[in-house]
Amino acid sequence: MNIVVCVKQIPDPAAPQSLDASHNLNRSGKLILDEADTYGVEMALQLVDKAGAGEVTVVSMGSAADVAGLRNALAMGAAKAVIVSDDALRGTDALGTAKVLAAVIKRESPDLVLTATESSDGYTGTTPVQLAELLGLPSITFAKSVSIDGTTLKVERQTESGYDEVTAPLPALVTVTAGVVEPRYASFKGIMAAKSKPLEVLSVADLALGDQTGATGARQEITDVVTAESRASGEKYVDEGDGAQRIVGFLESIKVL
Amino acid sequence: MALSNIWIVTEPSNGSLTTTSLELLSHARSFGANISAITWGGDAALAVVAGEYGATTLYDVGDLGGALPGVPVASAIAALIASVGAPDAVFISTSYDGRDIAGRLSARLDRPVLTNVTGLADDGGLVTEHPIFGGTQTVKARFTGEGPGIFVIRAKSFAAEASGGGVASVVAAPPGDVGSTGGAMITATHVEERVGPKLEEAAVVVSGGRGLGEADKYALIEETANLLHGAAGASRAIVDAGWVPYSHQVGQTGKTVKPTVYIACGISGATQHMVGMKGSKNIVAINKDPDAPIFQIADFGIVGDVHKVLPALIAALKARA
Ligand SMILES: Cc1cc2nc3c(=O)[nH]c(=O)nc-3n(C[C@H](O)[C@H](O)[C@H](O)COP(=O)(O)OP(=O)(O)OC[C@H]3O[C@@H](n4cnc5c(N)ncnc54)[C@H](O)[C@@H]3O)c2cc1C
Ligand SMILES: Cc1cc2nc3c(=O)[nH]c(=O)nc-3n(C[C@H](O)[C@H](O)[C@H](O)COP(=O)(O)OP(=O)(O)OC[C@H]3O[C@@H](n4cnc5c(N)ncnc54)[C@H](O)[C@@H]3O)c2cc1C
Repeated sequence: MNIVVCVKQIPDPAAPQSLDASHNLNRSGKLILDEADTYGVEMALQLVDKAGAGEVTVVSMGSAADVAGLRNALAMGAAKAVIVSDDALRGTDALGTAKVLAAVIKRESPDLVLTATESSDGYTGTTPVQLAELLGLPSITFAKSVSIDGTTLKVERQTESGYDEVTAPLPALVTVTAGVVEPRYASFKGIMAAKSKPLEVLSVADLALGDQTGATGARQEITDVVTAESRASGEKYVDEGDGAQRIVGFLESIKVL
Repeated sequence: MALSNIWIVTEPSNGSLTTTSLELLSHARSFGANISAITWGGDAALAVVAGEYGATTLYDVGDLGGALPGVPVASAIAALIASVGAPDAVFISTSYDGRDIAGRLSARLDRPVLTNVTGLADDGGLVTEHPIFGGTQTVKARFTGEGPGIFVIRAKSFAAEASGGGVASVVAAPPGDVGSTGGAMITATHVEERVGPKLEEAAVVVSGGRGLGEADKYALIEETANLLHGAAGASRAIVDAGWVPYSHQVGQTGKTVKPTVYIACGISGATQHMVGMKGSKNIVAINKDPDAPIFQIADFGIVGDVHKVLPALIAALKARA
């Protein structure tokens, strides 16, 4: 069982964020492993463990100036990492990202590809399925549980009203939700071992994608960025045992009661 | 350049179309284009609903035989484009199946997507609005290449208003051969029990956050919601903690709600939460911290302990019932 997990290194979402002059997300600071992707890494490690053979490879596109996030995935237990890092990739859209990831994953021909349902920075949420189509794989999105029975994938897929049981033949792509499994913390041993695990850095030229990536390949442009209208605050009272009555009064004033 | 044809992916739901599908149909009418809807499942009643909201044609992919919709529906749309020509734009909901369809279609047609769209206007071509950084800023964007543009649009971005149009004419749009990409099959469906209205459709939403202290206290939220004939929502903090299912989550990675009144209890007001509820008509906040960011957007704030205010509110509502 060889599994590729797509992981993204992102600016800390808890820190203030900004756009640069060309309207791209400012990624000049420290990068971390997107927490949303730690679930995929953990899921992959558990599935390989259960299968008794195989390995987990993490694949990423983005700046390799800081690879702490990838080392983190390796420390959790992934065997190797591949990152496509190239200035020419600035401004790449979701489809272009899927093309880059597909070109790398084709070389690995895994049994299963895992991603998060959406990233914490761009959150378009379409890259994984675009990737599945480019790889010619079936996909099951929004997994809240994943198991493998021989060559059949079994997934509980979140729905509007509950969940569906969905199956697909391997190879396939699955997007996992937060909570599909509890990600482990890297152990000291894992952190030490990660330092000598293979981490390959590729450029776009290695993938022969022509001008399908970068800002040109995106075929979309930001025309404006405006400050959103903010809502004004209204009345505020300190509860002195009358808070509930005051809320009732407000609900009456807006005719909810 | 005027828009001449817009296709809307409309998702079947309990004999009708999802509310978001109706919102997209309604907004599409404002562009003066010819509107076609795409659906699946072969339910004749859907042509009535699609027509009522402005579609003249309903392309029906038919029975999916248990397959997840993404692959067959995108395949059918690609086949339609090959036979009748491309529309100017395809509108798809930001939903579980919508995102699958959009991703598949984008890669098949080799056309980019604009996602998390919350506003859409015709300014010599379609210009989108996207909230970023928790809705503090709005990005406007447009496609620069050859169409059709694929727009993935969030729920509650537009109002759903019937136009009173007649029944749409139904045209079969089979998916064709999906090859190795097919194969994801639904083998069983589980429906969680729900009391009261749906979160996105309720006039009153009562939401709880980490300030409730422990999972059991969420019962206070449910009871208050119930007494107000509303729905119970949650912050991501308590969804991640496993207190309530994800379907309750409001915010950037959860649902967008726009009720008549949103009551936030023990929720700090992180930007990622507020982006999902700041379109509410009225906002009430209960928080023990007078400086909690939620008060900056609340029309009515109570600085207090949810463990005191909510039981008193429940008692007061019961006394009125
Ligand atoms: C605020 C904002 C809005 C944007 N809006 C759009 C838009 O409307 N349309 C558009 O085409 N682009 C958009 N982009 C650009 C888009 O975010 C990038 O192209 C990005 O590389 C891929 O999309 P994502 O992060 O949104 O991925 P998602 O589709 O949300 O990612 C889901 C999962 O796919 C995998 N994945 C995604 N990217 C990578 C990667 N680089 N390396 C490894 N794995 C990855 C991860 O597992 C990730 O969790 C936007 C960017 C920003 C910052
Ligand atoms: C990429 C990304 C996406 C996210 N998406 C979402 C999303 O969709 N939805 C979402 O909600 N969050 C989302 N978040 C998380 C968000 O940033 C916050 O962490 C989260 O909303 C906090 O939840 P909370 O308000 O319940 O908890 P906290 O921030 O811990 O706030 C608890 C509040 O309760 C108050 N309190 C404590 N005790 C009491 C009491 N006894 N009585 C009254 N008040 C009390 C405190 O004063 C505090 O204000 C996202 C984060 C990221 C990075």
